[in-house]
Amino acid sequence: MNGDGSLERLRREGRIVVVGASLAGLRAAETLREKGFAGSLTMVGDEPHEPYDRPPLSKQVLLGVTTADRTALPRRRDLDATWRLGVAATGLDMAARRVRLADGDEVPYDRLLIATGVRARPWPRPDEAELDGVFVLRTRDDSAALTRRLADGPRRVFVIGAGFTGSEIASACRERGIAVTVAERAAAPLVGALGGVVGAVAAELQREHGVDLRCAVMVTALEGDAAGRVRAAHLSDGSTVETDVVVVSLGATRNTEWLAGSGLGAGPRGIACDAGCRAFDIRGIVTDDIYVAGDVARSPHPLFGYQFLSLEHWGNAVCQAEIAAHNMLSESADRLPHMWVPAFWSSQFGVNIKSVGVPSMGTEILVAQGSLTDRRFVGVYGYQGRVIGAVAFDHARWLPFYQHLIETTAPFPPPFPLVDRRPDGQRPIDADFPDPSLPTHGPTVTLSGYSPADRRMTFTPAH
Amino acid sequence: MRLVVDLNRCQGYAQCAFLAPEVFAMHGEEALLYHPEADAAQREKLAQAAAACPVQAILVDAVDAPPEAVSDER
Repeated sequence: MNGDGSLERLRREGRIVVVGASLAGLRAAETLREKGFAGSLTMVGDEPHEPYDRPPLSKQVLLGVTTADRTALPRRRDLDATWRLGVAATGLDMAARRVRLADGDEVPYDRLLIATGVRARPWPRPDEAELDGVFVLRTRDDSAALTRRLADGPRRVFVIGAGFTGSEIASACRERGIAVTVAERAAAPLVGALGGVVGAVAAELQREHGVDLRCAVMVTALEGDAAGRVRAAHLSDGSTVETDVVVVSLGATRNTEWLAGSGLGAGPRGIACDAGCRAFDIRGIVTDDIYVAGDVARSPHPLFGYQFLSLEHWGNAVCQAEIAAHNMLSESADRLPHMWVPAFWSSQFGVNIKSVGVPSMGTEILVAQGSLTDRRFVGVYGYQGRVIGAVAFDHARWLPFYQHLIETTAPFPPPFPLVDRRPDGQRPIDADFPDPSLPTHGPTVTLSGYSPADRRMTFTPAH
Repeated sequence: MRLVVDLNRCQGYAQCAFLAPEVFAMHGEEALLYHPEADAAQREKLAQAAAACPVQAILVDAVDAPPEAVSDER
């Protein structure tokens, strides 16, 4: 491409197709225009809605502060794009450079960005999942439907899975005065992302707010009445919980099925791409015209041993989309690596939970500031003698400091006795993550090496 | 008017909640709850809140409702 003017031609009159019209797709499109792309831009989205923001769906919307149809993302600029909303992409012809759509159309491209994200993992038994009153929460429509049901004043809401989404749903229900039971197969909420030490704090928080939290238990069946409405959930400890609403919060599945047979390196763990967001094909060769961003991407991160990280984080979608857009329009020497330090937030039961780095890689945790009993603290995670992650409960202002430690591979335990004088000294303890070879409710961060054989991602449903 | 707050950046300084309380509110000690779509009447206050944010975490619409929203039931 160097010097032959093809890049100039692409910028002036090329065709860029973005598959996935959510946060990553929108931000990429805005960045393309910002960088002077003047060609044709097509946005393909399987949902009928313009790009909207998902985090409010499990918080503001469930609380009734706003409604699901008022979550559209703001626009930084006019896009002058052709929108194909409500039409899923169904196939990709890499040789002919065309995307096939569900309505039979084919859209040709010079550069393709894949940002198809993830979808909620449904309850594994279809007949039970179809019962009236059984919900998942991922999309705007999911949130609207669940909110309507909550407004009807259910006797009880039963949440399966105490990850971040499940915990936020339980929190919103309690705030609205609705009785909630949460079933979690691990020993505590949030353990997949934050480990057992912090999970124990999350468990106390839930119980203190009146959640009927059942841990180390699996849901064996959902039972419906004669009219097809859910009426009870059966648990592996032999107990039964009567409920009229069930929310299945078992993590997410990556939307890559439409790429089957295309030759692109896409599968259940996402689409592998290089640090410059270019997708790998199944031969392990990086493509020049197909880019990936957001929840569906897996890319090697220099800060974390070049492991392929799959990050279902809001900030990752924004950053990776911007990098992908920049690189699509750049000569190879001008390309940028995606080196965003993982970060996420959750607010539940009135507590602001934020994290930087990759806590789930940590083996030890040091409560460096505040205290677990006050539920106001910073926990620092260590891995092989270095700081690898941090989590804050109502202590967010300190996180940039810990992010710097992660970025500079500071030693663990971190030597800063003056930050906080602690009665119990600076002693790290086991972070208590579950054995990664055992399936959990679905981690927010999935790590894997290069070999497909080195870690199983098979989900075993809770029965 | 649509807006979004980058809550990775947000550090709970609550300036927005003081300047535009109809749009932003603190939830607990430092978590922020906001209306993702504010009434046009809040335009001025919203601009002040976005400008006052110490970490510049508030992104407000730079364009009016896009054409594809017309077919949408909003």
